[in-house]
Formats: sequence, C-alpha cells, structure tokens
Amino acid sequence: MERKLNTPISADVIKSLKVGEEVLISGIIYTARDAAHANMVKSISNNSAPPFDFVGQIIYYVGPTPAKPGRAIGSCGPTSSYRMDKFSPFLMEKGLKVMIGKGERSDELIKEIKKQKAVYLIAIGGIGALLSKTVQSSEVIAYPKLDAEAIRKLTVVDFPAIVAIDSEGNSIF
Amino acid sequence: MLTIEKVLVIDSVKEMIMESTVVLDKTVVDKLLFAYDSEKSVLAKSVLEKIIQNQEIARTENIPLCQDTGLVVCFVEVGRNLHFDYDLSEAINEGVRRGYIEGYLRKSVVAHPLKRVNTKDNTPAVIHYDFIPGNELKIHLAPKGGGSENMSALKMLSPADGREGIIDFVLKTIKDAGGRPCPPLIVGVGIGGNFEHVAYLAKKAIFRQIDDASSVMEDRLLEEELLDKINKLDVGPMGLRGATTALAVKVESAPCHIASLPVAINLQCHSARKKEVTLYGKKA
Ligand code: SF4
Repeated sequence: MERKLNTPISADVIKSLKVGEEVLISGIIYTARDAAHANMVKSISNNSAPPFDFVGQIIYYVGPTPAKPGRAIGSCGPTSSYRMDKFSPFLMEKGLKVMIGKGERSDELIKEIKKQKAVYLIAIGGIGALLSKTVQSSEVIAYPKLDAEAIRKLTVVDFPAIVAIDSEGNSIF
Repeated sequence: MLTIEKVLVIDSVKEMIMESTVVLDKTVVDKLLFAYDSEKSVLAKSVLEKIIQNQEIARTENIPLCQDTGLVVCFVEVGRNLHFDYDLSEAINEGVRRGYIEGYLRKSVVAHPLKRVNTKDNTPAVIHYDFIPGNELKIHLAPKGGGSENMSALKMLSPADGREGIIDFVLKTIKDAGGRPCPPLIVGVGIGGNFEHVAYLAKKAIFRQIDDASSVMEDRLLEEELLDKINKLDVGPMGLRGATTALAVKVESAPCHIASLPVAINLQCHSARKKEVTLYGKKA
C-alpha cells in the first residue's frame, strides 16, 4: 500500500521515509533538469534570489513534451538523476531536501543526502503518459527560454514515486 | 524510370514518428506482459504493471509514451531500380520536422555538441543507407531515447578474449548501467567489423523484431546465453532488482581483422519505439 505525502514536506516526514517505500505525492512539485540546474547554481552564486524558496519543496528532474491544447502538460517522466549530482549538494545547502528523478546517484551524493537529512525519490522512467495524468496544472516560473528545460510549478495529485535514498543514506540500488 | 514522390516520403516519416511515440508495438507489450507474469519481486511487479498501464494510457489518450521522444535513427534500404531527383535525406528530415511539431513531441536535438543550441524541430536524424535489389524503398525508423543510448558501450577486445570476453563485457555494461537506461532492456550486441562498423551493427540489432532469433547459429546461441545471464544479474526493472532486466538480446556479427575482436553494446529501453514502411516505385 502506498503512503500518501502532501507538500510541503516537513523535516519529520522526510526522516520517517524509508528506502523502498512507495509513496503518492500531492501538492506542488517544481521541475528542473540539466540547464535549469546550471542556471540556478550560477545565479544563486551571484547572490540572486532562487526562483522559488527551496524549504520543504520538491525538485523533479523532468523535461516534458509540449502540452497539447486542453492539457496541463505533455508526457512527463523522470530523466536520469546522475547528471544533476554535481549541482544537488549546492542546492541542498540552500535548503532543498526532496529530489525526484530516475536511476542511481554517486556515492558522494548519497553521503551528502545523509548529511543534509534529505531524501531522494525515484519515479519510474518511461511512464510519462501515466504520470501526466497526475498533473492538474503547470506553470513556467523561470527560464522560459529553456523550453522543455524551463522551471515549472506543477500541481499534482497522487504522483507515484519510490524512496530510493533515505535520510540515513540507505540506497535502494 | 521508377521513383517515389517526395511528399510520400515526408508523410510516411511524419506518420511513423507520430505513431511510434504513442503506440508501443504489440510484440513488445506481449514481452512485458509475459515478464509481469513471471516476475516474483513485488516492487519489480509494481514497476512492470505501471509500464504496462502507461502504454495503455498513451495509446488510448494519444499521449507520448515517454517525454524523451528521442533522436530519430533511420535505416533506409533503397531499391536499385529507383531514381530520386530530390535529396532523400532532406525529405526524411522534413518528415521528422513535421512529426515533432505536429505531434507535440519534445525537441531533443542540439546543433553542436558543445554550443548546445536546440534545433527546435528535432532534426537532423541519423540516417544509414543501404542498397537492395528491386523497386522498393524501405525506411526503418526509431525515435531513440538518450538515457539508454548514454549507457551504451564499445570495446576493442583481443581475439584471445573470445566468447567469454564478450559475455563479461556485456554483463558488466548492463550491471554498471543499473537503472539508468530504463530496464527492462532490449540489448543490441555488435561483434566484428571494425571500430565504426561494430557500433552500426549494435544499432542494427535493436531494430530487429523483438521476438525473432539470429539466423546465424553461433550468434543465436550467444543471444540465448546472454539473455539468461543478464536476467540473473538482479538489476531488474528500473534497477530495483528482479528477474526482468532484459526482454531480448540481439546479436549481429560481421567479418573482422585477424588482430581484432570489436564489440559494441547498444541499449534500448522498454520504451522501444520503432516503425517501418515500404514504399513502392512508380513511373515518373
Ligand atoms: S531511457 Fe527510454 S524510457 Fe527511459 S527516459 Fe529515456 S527514452 Fe524514456
């Protein structure tokens, strides 16, 4: 049975998530992949405000297909997380605690997740059609020029994910 | 003189792209259903169940199976009696352009690998040509995802490494890739040729029908042994362990130099999108 999670996610809830657990997320999720990560790290390093307050929020690694008329979003499954490994520690230092992507992460990143008491969830790769059905609305909030890679604020209901690295540093892989 | 109208090529390519990105071929779905029935791990079963549900939703609601709608790869077989008074590659790319725009598909191609500016229409496709006897033009097309492509590998083995060396290399590549290429996979293995030809063979291998077997005895035995060993690696669907790491293994081989044993592995994720069309030459 999947456990229901609502955003924002508190530190206590993060701590209680155990590796292998299946969850259904409802609330707000922010999207960002390679280019958006590079932009965020660069602009925050230059003392600009982040595009949204990271505390209690979720970043989901995805670059969706364009939304067809009348739809909130196109196909929107996860992209590989390892490419974000070099950016995530910086964002975690700025308060980010929950990340969703697919696949393994580096040993260094697992250590960092443990240190920051954060959590890494995975969504199933290649099920973008199914996942798009959980998205109620989508709004580009930063870097519109990046198209598919822009940062979007998604409102989701029962978005399925699996705890892959918990706050103790236990990994499913 | 026989030819094929340019607009026919453009439309066929466009339709193949729009259809293949939404409808998973029944032969692939059957393999997934079979894997679901045989899988023992609870988590792996849950993943396979969602993959199967996903293709149903994609097909019935016309939503792309995966958000990575790929880089288009084409194997084109040109009948020797055909004549073209236009650029065939240009026609194929025009079909790609229309397919990705009209199909609301993601444009995932950058013009230069370092400058990385998006071409905004998913062109150009990677196109391989071959000649065949007769009056037909066959286009085999696959929108190929980046995640599985990135985990592919090539190695110039020594002839002394032999069959065991090939098996070890394939197993290590798949084990190390883990969940990143979105298993369950179709594994294309090229053996022989030379450096660039072996990669071509591995790609060609994943274009084969998922339920066929090599007509070369040696390669068929290798396909069977590899499939069995890969599924004992316990990588499982999305790398979450289980008995379903690969749905199929396809081996393509070619003659090679006495000093070489090139091996290439091209991975195809479960979103195995592919289509083909045969167009017939008409009098110009
Ligand atoms: S590897 Fe395949 S299924 Fe996974 S995200 Fe890429 S295209 Fe989609």
